[in-house]
Amino acid sequence: MSATSTSDTSGAVELHGVVKRFGDVVAVDDLDLTIADGEFFSLLGPSGCGKTTTLRMIAGLELPTAGSVRIHGEEMGLRPPNKRPVNTVFQSYALFPHMTVAANIGFGLEMQKVAKAERQERIDWAIELVEMGGMAGRKPNQLSGGQQQRVALARALVNRPEVLLLDEPLGALDLKLRQQMQTELKSLQREVGITFVYVTHDQEEAVTMSDRIGVMHEGRLLQVDGPEAIYERPTTRFVADFIGRTNFLEATVAGAGEIVLANGDRLRLASGIPEGTAVALTVRPERLTVHGRGEAPGDRHVVDGVVDHVVYLGNAIVYTVAIDWMRLEVRCPATLAGQRRDVGDDVSVSFDPEHASVIAD
Amino acid sequence: MSPTDTAATDTAMTPGLEHQAERARSRQGFLLGLPAIVYLVVFFVIPLGIVIAYSFATRTRSGRTEMTGWNLDAYHRLTEDIVRTVAWRSLWIAVLTTVLCLLLAYPLAFFISTRRPAIRNAMLVAVMIPFWSNFLIRTYAWRVLLDSDGLFTRIVEGAGLGDGRILFTNKAIILGLVYGYLPFMVLPLYAAIERIDWNLVEGARDLYASGWQAFRRVVWPLSRPGVVAGSILVFVPSFGAYVTPAILGGNKQGLMGSYIVDQFMDARNGPLGASLSVVVLGVMLICTLVYFRTGGRNL
Repeated sequence: MSATSTSDTSGAVELHGVVKRFGDVVAVDDLDLTIADGEFFSLLGPSGCGKTTTLRMIAGLELPTAGSVRIHGEEMGLRPPNKRPVNTVFQSYALFPHMTVAANIGFGLEMQKVAKAERQERIDWAIELVEMGGMAGRKPNQLSGGQQQRVALARALVNRPEVLLLDEPLGALDLKLRQQMQTELKSLQREVGITFVYVTHDQEEAVTMSDRIGVMHEGRLLQVDGPEAIYERPTTRFVADFIGRTNFLEATVAGAGEIVLANGDRLRLASGIPEGTAVALTVRPERLTVHGRGEAPGDRHVVDGVVDHVVYLGNAIVYTVAIDWMRLEVRCPATLAGQRRDVGDDVSVSFDPEHASVIAD
Repeated sequence: MSPTDTAATDTAMTPGLEHQAERARSRQGFLLGLPAIVYLVVFFVIPLGIVIAYSFATRTRSGRTEMTGWNLDAYHRLTEDIVRTVAWRSLWIAVLTTVLCLLLAYPLAFFISTRRPAIRNAMLVAVMIPFWSNFLIRTYAWRVLLDSDGLFTRIVEGAGLGDGRILFTNKAIILGLVYGYLPFMVLPLYAAIERIDWNLVEGARDLYASGWQAFRRVVWPLSRPGVVAGSILVFVPSFGAYVTPAILGGNKQGLMGSYIVDQFMDARNGPLGASLSVVVLGVMLICTLVYFRTGGRNL
């Protein structure tokens, strides 16, 4: 099953025209989204963009003001959370402090009246799955943050939900552990084959783990694409800016697959945007190259400028180059000190138009 | 500044200096607490000692208490039928009061703790408003309400709920006790419920628990410290209550509190009154221990 396929059969989760208002505040605004079965899907956006609210509406912890939420084709309507075939891993983990690890993991099975023998078997399976053997008798407050996170995961997965919802589950962990858990989560998802809907504000996390990413901003879904397309072909200024670093070159569409930069340079770039529209050209810093003035190869687009700032990052060097009407950020692999450009050097900056995206403002 | 620099300055510690400083600090703490300590010793510890001593003393024929010939006579008398009757009656009235308070207070505390903060505070103040007027006056007010042509009586009879004349009965005592001690149940319950992380309830609902199951398995166990604290705060004063039974029970129903007073005043039997007091004290002490053990387990 291909994760990015746009199959016309119903998805694991389908949202149609979903709106959520809290009083006067519109948290989620007319959201349409189909998440495929077995997909690792991330909802990415800054805090307050409505991603958690969307997740909570799938879980049934929040009811939409308007619209439809379907899980495997079944309309959820007013169904309470306990009647939905999904489980959630909460940001705060929400482990029951008065129960042991085993009791926490077994809670969902107990509520579903799973027979005791099978319950024990599945608890053991889940404990094994998250590598928490020997911890079954502990209380949550006797566990580290990472261990609590694993228990929360096991507690949800043990129920074999059709869809697993994860609300910034790694947010409380330190960087090292977070990176380790990212890899583990991804392989865990492959192992159990359950659809994951993952909410995060961390773009790196989303890019690392997801099959597809939906970027949200102010209650709207701006772009849904694979990680590479989101990064390389952003369709809005917000998406380009939110994910990684980028340069925006103001431009105008001159018609017939051509755009004009602020300095009058013309570039052949198809955009499908009507002639005369103000647009921005976005180019990632690592897609730009610095050359000595006039040394740039002819098949690339070239802009002349002066080095304004140099930052050495160990594995890379970031130049800020002042061109006629703006500053460009250029990221190069680190070179030996002798081959580096210095502040004040006259240089040419070049890029392949292939690596630039046109964004309507 | 390197470590060798610090060693050379006059802040360098010589052995023993640390202990001296710590001793001085603890002496300061003791001096600050001294007035309260003196007060407690004179008006609490010494009188308590006297009561305990009384319980082992001898009652003379004339009703005086002689502090000679220590004996357990007063404790032997605790097994007499009259004492057992009074103790049982006090016990079930206190238990009933506690249960009624719990049944009334839990939903209220739950309601308050799930409101918005502003409303929450207003409601908490409302719960505490009765404390602004004197307990005695409020209890006498009940006497007016419960009078044979009082408001309470007329409403009960008007609504066809039977005989409304409950003044000077156990019902009136329990009513008065529940009224007086309800806030002591509400406040600890509120504190316990308010502290519960609402995510846990959502977590339970997400794990297929119905609303009732989420309450039974998550909210109730986590609010137990509040239940225990509130129950003790209501049970202990109800068990030894004197004022409410005296005013609303007309003192016909012998209860622990009035019985002890009777021993000291009318029967002039200091040792028996004292031994009864020691028993009541023991019950309260056990309750307190239970509280700490139960509370400590869940916190």
